[in-house]
Amino acid sequence: MQTIDLNTTTLRELNSRLQTESAGTQWTISNPNGRHALAVGLTQPLEVAIEGHAGYYAAGMNQQASVVINGNAGQGVAENMMSGRVHVKGNASSSAGATAHGGLLVIDGDAGARCGISMKGVDIVVRGSIGHMSAFMAQSGNLVVCGDAGEALGDSLYETRIFVRGKVRSLGADCEEKEMKPEDRAIVATLLEQAGVTDCKPEDFRLYGSARTLYHFHVDNASAY
Amino acid sequence: MTEKHHDYTKTTPRFSATFDPFTVSQIQRAAATGIYDIRGGGTKRKLPHFDDLLFLGASMSRYPLEGYRERCGTDVVLGTRFAKKPIHLKTPVTIAGMSFGALSAQAKEALGRGASAVGTSTTTGDGGMTPEERGHSSTLVYQYLPSRYGMNPDDLRKADAIEIVVGQGAKPGGGGMLLGQKISARVAQMRDLPEGIDQRSACRHPDWTGPDDLEIKIEELREITGWEKPIYVKVGASRPYYDVSLAVKSGADVVVLDGMQGGTAATQEVFIEHVGLPILAAIRPAVQALQDLGLHRKVQLIVSGGIRTGADVAKALALGADAVAIGTAALVALGDQSPDLADEYAKLGTVPGAYDDWQDGRDPAGITTQDPALSARLDPILGGRRLANYLSVLTMEAQTIARACGKSHLHNLEPEDLVALTMEAAAMTRLPLAGTDWYPGKAGF
Repeated sequence: MQTIDLNTTTLRELNSRLQTESAGTQWTISNPNGRHALAVGLTQPLEVAIEGHAGYYAAGMNQQASVVINGNAGQGVAENMMSGRVHVKGNASSSAGATAHGGLLVIDGDAGARCGISMKGVDIVVRGSIGHMSAFMAQSGNLVVCGDAGEALGDSLYETRIFVRGKVRSLGADCEEKEMKPEDRAIVATLLEQAGVTDCKPEDFRLYGSARTLYHFHVDNASAY
Repeated sequence: MTEKHHDYTKTTPRFSATFDPFTVSQIQRAAATGIYDIRGGGTKRKLPHFDDLLFLGASMSRYPLEGYRERCGTDVVLGTRFAKKPIHLKTPVTIAGMSFGALSAQAKEALGRGASAVGTSTTTGDGGMTPEERGHSSTLVYQYLPSRYGMNPDDLRKADAIEIVVGQGAKPGGGGMLLGQKISARVAQMRDLPEGIDQRSACRHPDWTGPDDLEIKIEELREITGWEKPIYVKVGASRPYYDVSLAVKSGADVVVLDGMQGGTAATQEVFIEHVGLPILAAIRPAVQALQDLGLHRKVQLIVSGGIRTGADVAKALALGADAVAIGTAALVALGDQSPDLADEYAKLGTVPGAYDDWQDGRDPAGITTQDPALSARLDPILGGRRLANYLSVLTMEAQTIARACGKSHLHNLEPEDLVALTMEAAAMTRLPLAGTDWYPGKAGF
């Protein structure tokens, strides 16, 4: 375990080191103080712990690394993640996991607006609640929410599956509740297990997906455009 | 023999200037289909443009350069502000962003070949980077768009520059669309979409709003790419003074400004024709913004939208741009609108020169299509050769004008070399109306 203190190390040095580190090494980042773009562009299976709050785009575009944020995360945590794992122990701001293609994003607290916006294959587990316009235009992957969801959930959705245990304030355009099948429950069970969530049961979740009415432009859907 | 007399008791049929035949057909089309018209290309309306400017040339007070003997430089360096590895192009005419998806793989390859042959850059588009495109482009700019379709950090690192797209001239404030006909298996896979559906692209970036956020986003992109690559910010021409100022504030190395003549793969006709500024009106305020910040020529300005000739290139540079980008003209060079295809265009209800159903995927030239048989019609090597020829002509034409103005480099062209032919052009460019020393808005008249 090596420690990088951001009181004495520049962001450039931090990212440059982590981006060139070899697989399997463990890193602690102390005094992050909400700095933006922490541990971005990692490509190797490292283990990185950020001891405090992170600013925007923490672990952005992550590949293979496992990044734990022992604090809150700012906008766009794990944005465009390709693989690996990002775990926010506190709350996450808006656009958590935006456009991410793969990997697992776990948020122990709440996530703000636009959680999982345009997600492209990532799995996201939020133990708390998520804000409005979450999973907007989400394309694929799974969003599991143990708490409630804000307004316009899944607006203009493509093929992401959204599982919500609590209340949904409202559904966005072209998002509808779907029948929860055994394979869907299995997905939830697996993701809860991977996220270390033991106090929720898969059968308590409801599934939301695309009604697919916006898949082809049609006059009858004009009000949705 | 019976003589036919004209009936002077009736006037000839008269078309309304307001409800002209095209407008009437638009109403009829809307009534028949119930959905707006979607097409490709840029605005088709008549607008103040570079044709409304003239160069003065050398005379008693200016010495021209000898055409075939005296050097007139054309190179340009982009990204000198922050990037460790700025890009150096031999000609200031670049290829604008156009996606694989909107264009066939053959067309993208041809663009790469043509651009590389003359030492300029080409640009990806919505939907990501293809290996063919990277392989055939010596300098490739990677677009970073709201949809982030196909966006991945490996390709980001392979790029020579990154262009953050805020908007484009054909549709400032609009997102993208790619109709189902063009969402082939490969396009769908690259964009992570179901095959054959109409693809919608967001109009706003998913993880930043406004210039304060963009500044942080640019920092993230630089951190991921080691501060090596120039970062462009592309905006559609709408409020150029403020947009350029804010792009600079956000940390851009290069600003790309696209006028409403700039093409799109597929957008609503009403959007193309009624939103945004012609490029002529946008350059002067953009340059003014850079000058006011003390960053003209330090943050480079690339302008696009309706660049057709070396004269357009020279005029854009004289107004203060560092480089230009071409899209529509590049497609024409590849073979779009060819008279050889007249019969096939007729089957699509159009004629060479007017074909704009680029959204439709049935392009007989094999350019704006994903149909394997149609795409195969475009020979990327031949297409690349034609594009290289055209780019060389643009460069030589611009040099011809620059030498006539006594300039040893295209970048030495200046507003003082130009006059405006119309009041509108004079007002938009703050160039004097030809034969006067006055432009609208200038005091003393």
